[in-house]
Amino acid sequence: MGNEAKRVESPLTEEVIKTLRIGDEVLLSGIIYTARDMVHTRLQEMINNGDELPFNASGSVIYYVGPSPAPVGRVIGSAGPTTSYRMDPFVPAMFEAGMRGMIGKGPRSLKVKDLIVKKCGVYFGATGGAAALLSESIVEAEVIAFDNFGPEALRKLKVKNMPLIVINDCYGGDLYLEGIDKYSEEI
Amino acid sequence: MRQIHLREITRAVRDLSIEANTIANCDLRDALEKSVSKEVSPVGKAVLGQLLKNQDIAEASKLPICQDTGFTVVYLEIGMDVSFTGGTVKDAVDQGVREGYTEGFLRKSIIKNPLTSPVNTEDNTPSILHIDLVPGDKVQITLMPKGGGSENMSRIKMMKPSDGVPGVRDFILETVKLAGANPCPPIIVGVGVGGTFDYVAYMAKKSLLRKIGVRNSDPEIALMETNWLSDVNKLGIGPAGLGGKITALDLFIEVFPRHIATFPVAVNIQCNAARVKTRIV
Repeated sequence: MGNEAKRVESPLTEEVIKTLRIGDEVLLSGIIYTARDMVHTRLQEMINNGDELPFNASGSVIYYVGPSPAPVGRVIGSAGPTTSYRMDPFVPAMFEAGMRGMIGKGPRSLKVKDLIVKKCGVYFGATGGAAALLSESIVEAEVIAFDNFGPEALRKLKVKNMPLIVINDCYGGDLYLEGIDKYSEEI
Repeated sequence: MRQIHLREITRAVRDLSIEANTIANCDLRDALEKSVSKEVSPVGKAVLGQLLKNQDIAEASKLPICQDTGFTVVYLEIGMDVSFTGGTVKDAVDQGVREGYTEGFLRKSIIKNPLTSPVNTEDNTPSILHIDLVPGDKVQITLMPKGGGSENMSRIKMMKPSDGVPGVRDFILETVKLAGANPCPPIIVGVGVGGTFDYVAYMAKKSLLRKIGVRNSDPEIALMETNWLSDVNKLGIGPAGLGGKITALDLFIEVFPRHIATFPVAVNIQCNAARVKTRIV
């Protein structure tokens, strides 16, 4: 967006995550996975049952998105973030499975923020409503599980320079709280 | 009587579904452009720039402005001198939604039955249909695809009559504050006051059909709109919730008489992808 953005590769490593601070603008490239409400319910069941997940979760970044259908000549339709708090209850299991990063919009629960610190993870914000713009950074897309969930299916995406911002870092920072502190006025 | 074949309604709803989802209205675009200079946060300015660029990409590529192409809310104002042929109005509107969402590559987001059948209807039907009978021989169709993220942050309260005007103001501010970054700010705040439990929510949503900048015709209420918009923009939430002065682009209030025992207030939040299109048949 404004400042010099950091180029980051997914899957993530602890080493890279430790370089990220709230407010950092990031251009993310590599492989990420899409999951939202219904897929998370199923993934949680699979993790609880000790079943193998349909993707390699180690160091993975999960994008909370249900894209619109791909028109002819495109790999995916519009693909902006959905609201993240709905996925909060599933975050402990996802971290257990190896997830390191999340992309969404909106604040996380205290429990999720604690886990981001404890598990050395990161929460990126993508701009809600900028779905066509974000779609431009997706170069490959493939449904890898739960095809019957339609827009909610689990997709493997290859992204190139996806514009994100660090909302919660592994040091306990929270950009949303900092933003309100800085810009709110007496009413 | 003027005869209208319902095919014409289906066709219009189809076109409006695609246009509303892919082409941003001028009032929204203008409001976002003006906000760039008013926003003091550099990140906030950058987010507003992203939203404008997103609208350009959407229109040029015929992609939806937002992947959440919403629950399709349709308002029909039917002239009393119109007689329809070719089926039922409800079926004609839903057929238009079906065609528009399928042919326009729009997301189908409707779950058939929340309690007994949690499967996607796969064509974004049914729509939510509101019908008014008005004088004349025309049909005005207004279509608003309404996203789930901002609906989730909307609230209703049956206040005590003694809570009065300050109670309404506090409830609006509390609702926007609780919503924070979730409903994709900068938002538009739609407020209904009065009526019944259901009607107050109907008014709050219907207020969102207004063009940005159009004030309530009652000067006292118009003043509340501008004052409370200014209050909302002091919350510091800002574009994308990353901090800033532009939390809302406008605030609309609609009122209706109330029962002596009740004081209903509803706040329906609209996201930065505020989509409304109208056509007259």
